[in-house]
Amino acid sequence: MTATTADEKPPISLREIFSVFFWIGVFSFGGGLTGWVYREVVTKRGWMSDDEILSGIALAQVLPGANVTNLTVFVGNRLRGYAGAAIALTALISPPLVMCVLALWAYGFIQQISLLHAAVDGVAAAAVGLNIRLGIVGAVRVVRRVGPTITMLATFIAVGVLNWPLVPVVLVIAPLSIASVWPWKRNNG
Amino acid sequence: MDDHSNSSFAPLMALIAVLAPFSLVAIGGGPAIFAPLQHQAVEVHRWLTAREFIELFAVARVAPGPGSMLATLIGWKVAAWPGAVVATLAIFLPSSILCIGVSRVWSRYRGRAWHQALEDGLAPIGTGLMFAGAVAIFKLANAGPLGWGLGIAVAGLLTLWPKLHPFLVLGLGAVVFVAVAAVPH
Repeated sequence: MTATTADEKPPISLREIFSVFFWIGVFSFGGGLTGWVYREVVTKRGWMSDDEILSGIALAQVLPGANVTNLTVFVGNRLRGYAGAAIALTALISPPLVMCVLALWAYGFIQQISLLHAAVDGVAAAAVGLNIRLGIVGAVRVVRRVGPTITMLATFIAVGVLNWPLVPVVLVIAPLSIASVWPWKRNNG
Repeated sequence: MDDHSNSSFAPLMALIAVLAPFSLVAIGGGPAIFAPLQHQAVEVHRWLTAREFIELFAVARVAPGPGSMLATLIGWKVAAWPGAVVATLAIFLPSSILCIGVSRVWSRYRGRAWHQALEDGLAPIGTGLMFAGAVAIFKLANAGPLGWGLGIAVAGLLTLWPKLHPFLVLGLGAVVFVAVAAVPH
């Protein structure tokens, strides 16, 4: 399937793109945004096909950056090019930018309550649980192959245990990892 | 006097210098950079204490937005609204610019072998970074058995019921910790 069908549909207005991603931003408590983008863009509005958004989701996870901002840029670009991507990203990020600072500001007033420290620690621990869960989802796929398993463990040990700096670690490991899964025997395909 | 005239821009430049490179290596999103981010923010630049870093992490998770909004809050601590805006741009813009470039190439070459290799090669790095981020936050929070236990329990709960709303889970964490703290030992 090639991306040549864009001319046939009437263009989606930038205002509508802004509105959709603005409300996703407002209600994006606790993550799980990819599902929300899917519901608004594909299920409710039919702006993209399943296949298209699935490739976007994969891309969003492979590229650096928050998955949801990457997916937002991907969808915005697909709908209205550079302007669509810029509008969608601005709409998604603006409400949380203001709301998280307000939340921190409010926290400053109520942090004298001693139990609040416990509550915050509890939220943080649970939030780490969300990340561990994501790690498990990834690990289940990774451990089927030797190369990726070594890559995963090496990355974890270097950054998590030895506290080596992230950027050089990724720059060294990424080419090795990609080489380890590269389809070298191309004549067999 | 020279110092004074520079002082309003220096923190903003420092925020950009720290956050923009992280933006481009945060494979898997915010959690991947929490470990080095806390090192830079707490130990190198001393923008905040370890305790404050944990508080910002929790607030960023409770407030809407991606977990990377932690960077926004660090920016707020460093230089109020200008800091929050600059930090937000620094953490989201570089990765977004890269993403739009790749998006355009991506749809053109879907299904090619190198496409799959790139995905397969980067995924385990993202996974390793996710676990490293979890360890970093626990170490920072001086998490006892309760913290580790809750984190692992939450991961288990979500594995069994993937549709559980994350907000519910965060609330559960708060309730458990408050209950334990409120009970006299």
